[in-house]
Amino acid sequence: MSHLLPRDDVGAKLGMWLFLFTELLLFGGLFILYAVYLARYPHEFSAGGHELNVVMGTTNTVVLLTSSLLAAMAVTAIKTGKPKSTVALLLGTIGCAGIFLVIKYFEWSAKFAHGIYPGSPRLVHGPPGESVFFSLYFLTTGLHGIHVVVGGALLTWIGTKVGKGSLTAENNVMLENGTLYWHLVDLVWIFIFPLYYLIL
Amino acid sequence: MSSDATVTPVTGGFWEDTGKRGIASWIFSTDHKRIGLLYLYSVLGFFLVGVFLGVLIRLELMAPGPTIMTAKTYNAVFTVHGVVMIFLFIIPGIPASFGNLVMPIQIGARDVAFPRLNLLSWWLYAIGAVIVLTSLFTGGGAPDTGWTFYVPFSARTGTNVSLAVFGVFVLGFSSILTGVNFVTTIHRLRAEGMNWGRLPLFVWSLYATAWVQILATPIVAITLLMVIAERTLGVGLFDPSRGGDPVMYQHLFWIYSHPAVYIMILPAMGVISEVIPVFSRKPIFGYKMIAVSSVAIAAAGSVVWGHHMFTSGMSDTAVMVFSFLTFVVAIPSAIKVFNWVSTLYRGSISLEAPMLFALSFILLFSIGGLSGLILGAAATDIHVHDTHFVVGHFHYVMFGGTGFAFFAAAHYWLPKFYGRRYKEKPAIVAWALMFVGFNVMYFTMQVLGMKGMPRRYFDYLPEFARLNFVATVGSWILVTGLIIMLVNLWRGLLKGEPFEGNPWGGASLEWITATPPPTENFEEDPVVTHGPYDFKRAGEP
Repeated sequence: MSHLLPRDDVGAKLGMWLFLFTELLLFGGLFILYAVYLARYPHEFSAGGHELNVVMGTTNTVVLLTSSLLAAMAVTAIKTGKPKSTVALLLGTIGCAGIFLVIKYFEWSAKFAHGIYPGSPRLVHGPPGESVFFSLYFLTTGLHGIHVVVGGALLTWIGTKVGKGSLTAENNVMLENGTLYWHLVDLVWIFIFPLYYLIL
Repeated sequence: MSSDATVTPVTGGFWEDTGKRGIASWIFSTDHKRIGLLYLYSVLGFFLVGVFLGVLIRLELMAPGPTIMTAKTYNAVFTVHGVVMIFLFIIPGIPASFGNLVMPIQIGARDVAFPRLNLLSWWLYAIGAVIVLTSLFTGGGAPDTGWTFYVPFSARTGTNVSLAVFGVFVLGFSSILTGVNFVTTIHRLRAEGMNWGRLPLFVWSLYATAWVQILATPIVAITLLMVIAERTLGVGLFDPSRGGDPVMYQHLFWIYSHPAVYIMILPAMGVISEVIPVFSRKPIFGYKMIAVSSVAIAAAGSVVWGHHMFTSGMSDTAVMVFSFLTFVVAIPSAIKVFNWVSTLYRGSISLEAPMLFALSFILLFSIGGLSGLILGAAATDIHVHDTHFVVGHFHYVMFGGTGFAFFAAAHYWLPKFYGRRYKEKPAIVAWALMFVGFNVMYFTMQVLGMKGMPRRYFDYLPEFARLNFVATVGSWILVTGLIIMLVNLWRGLLKGEPFEGNPWGGASLEWITATPPPTENFEEDPVVTHGPYDFKRAGEP
C-alpha cells in the first residue's frame, strides 16, 4: 500500500543513512579485532603488511575513487535531466567495480600461490600473529569484495530503471541512495587500504 | 467499518479492505497492522515451542540423575530453548508485533515509512526461523553450545552450529530493518500537532529500542560470520594455538547481546507506561523523565557488556569500570519504576486484566533488576556466576518483565484490533496462576543458585533435590495459567462480546479511530491537540 503514502525523499534518505551506519558497524567488528591483535602482535603484523602488494592496493584505491566520482556525476546528470549520460556514468562506475574485483582476484591468487590462505599449512604452523593477520586480511577484504558485488548489482538495477525512464530528474531518490551505498563501499576501502598496506 | 455482532469472527476495518484474498492477503500485505498480526502469531508460535522445551528442562531437573533424557539431549534442549526464546520470540516480540500494530496509529500515521521493507523484515524473520529450525534436524543435529555460541566449543562441536548461526544472522538483518523503519517513521510521519512531547511513551520506548537495533545488531552479525568462517575455513581468529583469543569472541558477542537485553525490555516498559495511567485514571507521573530514561537506558546499556565476563579474564580496572557502568543503568530503570508507582498514588485504580499484568511487571521486574545488581557487583558475581541464580535473575527480567508486559499488551490492545473481547474472569484466574507459578519456579531457582547449584548442568547433588522439585511444580502451575490465558484470548477475540469505542478511556490516538481500525488507520489524518495522557481534555467532545 506504499502508494497510499505521499512520497518522502527526505525519509528515504534518512532510512538509507541509518542502514549505512549498520554497515559501518559491521566492518567495525573487524576493525576492533585489528586494533587488539595489532597491539598484541606488532612484529607479525608489520611483516605481514610488507608481504601485501602496495602497487595493486594503490591501483585499486584509485579505481574506487574514480568510480565514486563517476557515481556522484551520475546523480548530477539525472538532476539536470540527462538520463543518457546518467546511464553512461553508471556504466563507468560498474566497470570500475569490475576492474577492482579483477585486480583483487590476482592479488588473492598470488597469496594463495605462496601458500597464504585461511587454514593453510604455512599459517597453521607459522608464528601465531601471522595467521591472525592474514585471516583478518582475507575476512575484511573478502567482506568488502562482497559489498563491491552487491553495490555493483544495485547500481546495475538502478541503471536499467534510469534507462527505462522510471527514474527521472524529479524522482531520483533511489539513484541517490544507490550511490550513497557505493560511496560507503569506497569509504570502507579508504580505511582498509592504509591499515593493511601502508602504516604497517 | 461495522463491528456488528454476527457469527463471523472478525469483520470491518483493515480485516476487509484488501485487494488480495486468503493467505496472500496476509503474507504479501504491506499494511502495518496485518504485518503486526503476522509477527504476533509467528512469535507466539515460537514462544510455545520455547515453553515446551522449558518444561522439558524442568522435568529433567525434577529429580537428580537422568529423568527423561540423556545428557547430550539435555544440552541440545537448553540450547534450543535459549535460541528460540531469545532470537525468535523475545527480540522481535513486542516491537515487531505490538510496535507494528500500534505505533503508526499512535503517532497518527497511515503506515510505517517503508511498508514494503516492513514486509521484507517479516519474510527475513520467517526465512531465518526456517533456517534455525532446519539446523535442529540436519547435519550433526541440534546445536549444544548454549544460546551464546561460545568459542572454542562452538568452533569444534560436531553439531549443526554453522547453520543455526547463519539463521540467527538472517534474523539480525530482519531486526535491523525494523529498527531503520521505526526510526524513520517516528521522525517523518508524526501527525500534525504530534510533537516529541506528545509522543506516547510506548513510541518513545520503541524509538530508543530501534536505535539499539540499528547500532548493536551489526556487531553480532560480523561475530556470527566469524564463527562460521572459523568452522568452515579454519581462520583461527579465536583459536589460542594460532594467536587468536576466545575472550575477544565474548567481548564481540556481548557488545551486541547486552544491548539486546534492552531491545527486549524497553518496549515492555513502554507498554507498562501506557497501561498504568489508563487504569489509574491519572496522567502519567514524570512523562519527560520516563521518555528520557528510555534513551538513557539505551545509551548506558550499550557500554556495560563486560559484566557478563567478570570471570572470563579481564583486568581489575575493566571489571571495576564495567561494574560501575552497570550500576549507572540501574538509575534510569529505577526512575521508571518510581514514576509508575507515583502514577498509581491516589489514582482511581481499576484492576482489570491488563492492569494486573502491568502491576505484576513492576514487582517482577524490580526483583529481577535488583538481583541484577548482585550480579553486576564483581565481588558477589564471582560467587553466583553461572549458577541458577543467574537463570532466575534473567527469567525475572525477561519473562516476568517482558513476557508479562507482552500479555498486558495482548489484553490491552488486541480487542481494539479484533472488535471483540475476552472474558474478564478467566483472564484474572490465568493471571493469578501464572503469577504464582512464576514465582514458585524462578524464586526457587534463585535460592538454588545462592546455595551453589550451577546452571546448564544435567545432574546435581542430592541436597538440591527438594527445591528442584518445587521449581518443577511451579512450571506446571505457570503453564496451566498460560494455557487458560491463551484459550480465553483466542475464544474471546474470535467469538466474544463486541468491543467498541474506548471502554478504558485511553487518550492516545489508537482510541479515537474506529474499531477495528480502517486500512489507513484514520478516516482523515488526525490533528493532535493534547498529550497522550491528558484524559481530561480527551474526554471533552
